[in-house]
Amino acid sequence: MRGKRKKTDVKLLYFAWLKTKTGLSEEDVSPPENVATVGELLTWLEGRGPEFADALSDRDAIRVAVNQAFAKNSDPIGPNDEVALFPPVTGG
Amino acid sequence: MIRVQEQDFDIGKELAALTGGNTAIGGLAVFVGLVRDIAGGSDIQAMTLEHYPAMTEKMLAEIEAEARERWPLEASLIIHRYGRLEPGDQIVLVAAASAHRDAAFEACQFLMDWLKTKAPFWKLEETDAGAQWVDARSSDDAAAARWVKQDPDAAE
Repeated sequence: MRGKRKKTDVKLLYFAWLKTKTGLSEEDVSPPENVATVGELLTWLEGRGPEFADALSDRDAIRVAVNQAFAKNSDPIGPNDEVALFPPVTGG
Repeated sequence: MIRVQEQDFDIGKELAALTGGNTAIGGLAVFVGLVRDIAGGSDIQAMTLEHYPAMTEKMLAEIEAEARERWPLEASLIIHRYGRLEPGDQIVLVAAASAHRDAAFEACQFLMDWLKTKAPFWKLEETDAGAQWVDARSSDDAAAARWVKQDPDAAE
């Protein structure tokens, strides 16, 4: 419908075992409008299927970055954000 | 200066380029990380370092900028590799140069401690039991935490 706000696309990236478990390295998603924060996004993702439920079951083991910066569960998700999900880092 | 690359690096050449021409430097501290052949009792045949390129560059630049704000550094360098590496291979080079040794030593340790907990790299180890993602260590969190600045008001 003309004039209606376009649904917000979020670009999701998965790394390390989150990539293995979801079987995806990246995807574009359009969460419902009541998904406004990182925590709400994770909860919504969890409901998408058994592989997501499994990958996201241990929230303490997951770090999130929004637009390449570490984010908390309460941080907002905005239009066209790049949201990355990954385990605690192990470089160096 | 920061660099994220697949290819190996020559420590001598890198350090010469870093300090060349700057005679204000009186001390240069260097850390080189290598791939071990054993982890948690398992033999490691190789490991693959995955990373998140856009965020890696950003985080390493932030970590380096923080070090340069905290210590009077004349030069600094972080090189981190990604891709498949074998035991004995070089993974990371961190160097900090200053007029005196204390700033160089401290900044070098700070750079490694923060890199370990903030730079988005993940190690996948190949062992006899198959490929396994390396778990983060709480000792790394503790090492990074000692550099978190205390609120000056709280100390009073």
